[in-house]
Amino acid sequence: MTTLRVALLHLRIGVMNDLQYRVNFFLQILQSLLALGTGLVVLALVYSHTTELNGWSQSELLAVFGVQIVMAGVIHAVIQPNMMRLTEDVREGKLDHALTKPVDAQMLVSVREVQVWQAVDILTGAIVIGVALYRLGGDLGMLDVLAFAVALAFGAVMLYCFWLLLATGSFWVVNMWFLPELFEGVFQTGRWPVGIYPQWLRFSITFLVPIAFAVTVPAEALTSRLEWQTLALAGGFAVALFAFTRWFWRFGLRSYTGASA
Amino acid sequence: MSSVPLAQVGRARSFVDFYLTTMRTAVQQQFQYRAATYMYLIGMVTEPVIYLVVWTTIAEDSGGSVGGLTPGELAAYYIVWTFVRTMNIVFTPYGWEGRIREGELSGQLLRPLHPIHYDIAWFAGGKIPWVLFYLPIAVMLTLVFRPTFDVRPLEVVVFAVAIWGAYLIRTFNQSALGLVTFWTTRVGALFSLYIVLELLFSGRLVPLTLMPDWVQAVAWFLPFQWTFYFPIQTLVGQYTNAELLGGLALQAFWTAVGIGLFSLVWRYAIRRYTAVGN
Repeated sequence: MTTLRVALLHLRIGVMNDLQYRVNFFLQILQSLLALGTGLVVLALVYSHTTELNGWSQSELLAVFGVQIVMAGVIHAVIQPNMMRLTEDVREGKLDHALTKPVDAQMLVSVREVQVWQAVDILTGAIVIGVALYRLGGDLGMLDVLAFAVALAFGAVMLYCFWLLLATGSFWVVNMWFLPELFEGVFQTGRWPVGIYPQWLRFSITFLVPIAFAVTVPAEALTSRLEWQTLALAGGFAVALFAFTRWFWRFGLRSYTGASA
Repeated sequence: MSSVPLAQVGRARSFVDFYLTTMRTAVQQQFQYRAATYMYLIGMVTEPVIYLVVWTTIAEDSGGSVGGLTPGELAAYYIVWTFVRTMNIVFTPYGWEGRIREGELSGQLLRPLHPIHYDIAWFAGGKIPWVLFYLPIAVMLTLVFRPTFDVRPLEVVVFAVAIWGAYLIRTFNQSALGLVTFWTTRVGALFSLYIVLELLFSGRLVPLTLMPDWVQAVAWFLPFQWTFYFPIQTLVGQYTNAELLGGLALQAFWTAVGIGLFSLVWRYAIRRYTAVGN
């Protein structure tokens, strides 16, 4: 209980801190619109040459696109800033400040930073999903919406685990400046349904980098093509990945040597 | 009788020396952080792989080709794309932003050479390790995606020149954009706009022939296609000799425009520069 309260308090401080810089809000909106526009142009371009991509219509792919934007918003607002701060703290020997606190260290390093304006993308993505659903016209059952929410939550947990696994690498590899570039590049694969990728790549972005679980599976729920076995697999994988991540984080911590503090 | 004055020889030599030394430094730095450089390259290569997979899927779904391009030709296009991309990595506006915001520029202004020479030399040197690291990736992509190539010797020669043309055009354009940080230190949104234009009008997203006609028409009035589409097509496309050499001439033209633009903005920008400390 205390852990949860401390986490929420940290998040609130982070939000309040970032809310001071209001011009960033407008710049972020501008950037989100640019990214959205580019994505829509690409989609229009693809569907000017075909009517169906691997069995997905334009409106269905718009839903995939929306989910990817929402996930990107979550990552950029909460996950990535914390993980990059973690790698910097390890490099500079400042992680001591977090480790000596009387709460769980993994929780603490995961909630210290919030870039609240990046959350604009969560809204943008939600609007895109809304438009896609409207164009699809089908009526979405309560069960579909529930499955979507659950799949989205599983996806967020898996992406968090993946980022923490990478960031934990900084206990051994000191210089991790490339992480955002690497992740950003790989995460773009999520714009398209995993079905189009060759076998080896599909396997990689499902189990090595859980993008398929994080983006395609929720989108499948929205387009009523999700089977409950897939959702169960996503759940099982999320739990297993979380357990492994926790073990790996503790294992990495043993290699940590503070520099000063 | 005309002979070159000694002072000029000395200046030329120290200029060459400056470039060689800076390039050597870049090579050594990049080798030092091998793992990081490699990860960066992998992140970069996923972009064309996605485009390639998407367009190959479309080609296969619509009976073997899209816009006249077969999967093999698409593969060739995007694999050469990765090489061209490695070659046209330049100092970004974000780099200028940091340089100006943190006052790092003060020290560089005291040197007898314009700071842009340092950027050009450093990133030119960086190409050597990047291309070396890139080669295994290229081999892997070739094995997986089976490109079809039909290359003439002259095309290889023109390609070897064109990738440097692309590098220079991109350097001057992005540096000119970077100078905007003399007025505002938030260049992010503007830079995003630049990248969007580049995506659409350079052939970075898709071979320009797959774009609507009006995009192709507009692209002729912009520098972007000379940094991606032209160098890629020298190897992949079926250009005539005249088109190859004409393309190089247009690259030279856009390089000159880039230098002009950069010098112009620099003249006004540098007057605004103030820094504390250092």
